[in-house]
Amino acid sequence: MIDLRLPIGLFFLAVGIILAVFGVISPHNAPNLHQKINVDLYWGVILLLFGALMTIFGYKGQKSGKNDSK
Amino acid sequence: MLFTTVLSAVTTTLPSKLPAASTGHPIITMHPVDFLILFVYLAFVIGIGFVTGKGSKTSEDFFLSGRSIPAWITGLAFISANLGALEVLGMAQQGYEYGMMTANFYWVGAIPAMVFMGVAMMPFFYGSKVRSVPEFLKKRYNEQTRFVNALFFAGLTPVLSGVSMYGMGLVFQDLLGWNFNLAIVVSALVVLAYTFVGGLTASIYNEVLQFFLIVLGTAPIVFLELFANGGWNRFKHALDAMSPGAPAIAATGSKLAHAASAVAAHVAPTGSQWLTTWRDSGGTANPMHITWPGVVLGLGFVLSFSYWCTNFLVVQRALAAKDMNSAQRTPLLAAFPKMFFPFIVILPGVLALPLLKMHPLVAPHPGLAASQNWNNVLPIMMGRYFPPGMLGLGLTALLASFMSGMAGNVTAFNTVFTYDLYAAYINRNAKDEHYLRVGKVMTVVGVLASVGFAYVCANMTSVMDYTQQVFGIVNAPLIAVFLMGMFSTRTTPAGGFWGLIAGSVISGVLLIIRSPWAGQLDIIGKYFSTDMAGTFWCAVWAFLGGALVTYVVSLMTLKKPKSDLVGLVYQVTPKPKEDAALPWYKRPLVLGIIALLATLALNLLFW
Repeated sequence: MIDLRLPIGLFFLAVGIILAVFGVISPHNAPNLHQKINVDLYWGVILLLFGALMTIFGYKGQKSGKNDSK
Repeated sequence: MLFTTVLSAVTTTLPSKLPAASTGHPIITMHPVDFLILFVYLAFVIGIGFVTGKGSKTSEDFFLSGRSIPAWITGLAFISANLGALEVLGMAQQGYEYGMMTANFYWVGAIPAMVFMGVAMMPFFYGSKVRSVPEFLKKRYNEQTRFVNALFFAGLTPVLSGVSMYGMGLVFQDLLGWNFNLAIVVSALVVLAYTFVGGLTASIYNEVLQFFLIVLGTAPIVFLELFANGGWNRFKHALDAMSPGAPAIAATGSKLAHAASAVAAHVAPTGSQWLTTWRDSGGTANPMHITWPGVVLGLGFVLSFSYWCTNFLVVQRALAAKDMNSAQRTPLLAAFPKMFFPFIVILPGVLALPLLKMHPLVAPHPGLAASQNWNNVLPIMMGRYFPPGMLGLGLTALLASFMSGMAGNVTAFNTVFTYDLYAAYINRNAKDEHYLRVGKVMTVVGVLASVGFAYVCANMTSVMDYTQQVFGIVNAPLIAVFLMGMFSTRTTPAGGFWGLIAGSVISGVLLIIRSPWAGQLDIIGKYFSTDMAGTFWCAVWAFLGGALVTYVVSLMTLKKPKSDLVGLVYQVTPKPKEDAALPWYKRPLVLGIIALLATLALNLLFW
């Protein structure tokens, strides 16, 4: 069975990249606020890091799981 | 909203006001990048369904994930399966209406029951190797008790799923201008695709993805609302200015003057009351108009324990765990994230009070602009403060909550139907592949029934509020029967059966009296200051009625020999030796105590 951290990691990696890239090429500050906050960029980077960590752990788990079953 | 559920927090206690149908143009417009995020999500959930489907070859794989899943996964799925759309949307809405007192649904109405489940009840559920909650009732009591419970569960589960579906379809229609039918059909097809192919494993795996998505998609709104309020201290000052008659209300215009005067007739919460849970619960002058015994007994004990400890929707996740220790840790590990959920599902509603400038005692009505209908406070805040991109993530999180709730219902429904009704009464000796096929057919039936009920709700809006009460109260006698069966050898099969029947009849009578069609018959409603208080106390009565009948009938009938009760009843079950090598964080009792202490601290923090 697939290590669940892998698809979760890949999903947030993909969404993080979409948000961060969109935050850079088409900066939208959070609407209706006095402060200027590029939410897409900041949150995109956070998701990207979270996704990368999950992917790494998932990949390692998947590998060791396969070795165990052998 | 009337009350509700705890489907969520205690399903039975979910909120309930209907997202009122609104008029006018959509207030949230999606950018192409928002759709891109939505499509990425849909691709992943369907993909997970197909990947997990490859490993699903027997009926045990399909219905119980082959009992092979690690505790952290079943734990997060345990939360996520009940984290339906009604909880995510409804809790924010109740936060707007009742303030932090809504957190009682978590800190009183969920965590203690989850700890009890993991420490005290799971050894019997998992240890007896049953495949479902009704099957446990068969082993402990008799065939008839199982039949009654299975019938109720299989009958009501798709209904609840349909209510959730209707609520979500309405939000997407009112706020985004989507076609109601299309929203329902597309989301139902996606859920059907992955539950049909991958069964419980697909549902659980997706529930974990959905858990992270719901957390990470809604958490930023809390920060942005804090910014919009100018920080926590300014927010508290703004709450003080929200009392009835204050400018915020007057500003809503003459059209609502009658509503504003109705507000003044109530004891309205003052600013600081919106941030407390217990402080004013000695009387009814608090946002929920309910006293602490009602909260502790009705919500904290009956509603909460009956949901978290006997509802197969959540129990099924723990049964999928790979061993006893993992099964016990499932609800315990779930308790830790669960206790912090009020900060992402309730707080956005509370923080919106000064931002929406609509007093929560002014009930939303059909003429109200969609942007001011606080039933939809969470998506409204997302539409107001999320830029394109982030908005896509937030709305996808709402959709995920809906899908996780629906898949949870459908997978529990197909299991109970197949094992406890079909294999027990219709076709007892078929091959395993046959039951697997039946399970798949019932998956389709469950989804279709949910869609059907969503349309019943669409045509009879009072049904939705009412359904929430039905779930709370109907489950109440079940916990009496379970506790008396698990912790006393004296309780007899006839006692359990008649206790369940009597409790259900009491529930039924109370529900008829309290139904929206009862009119003057609702003598209970006149007695309680709010519907919520009424629901809490009705649950207590149904519990007491069920317990009393179980006890009395047990005194008069034959009990089972103790040898038949090993593994099912506390007194005659050998205590499992705890592995001395287990680290503290894998010991159920230690985890349970830490969870309770942490919850106590949260209660004190928002006393």
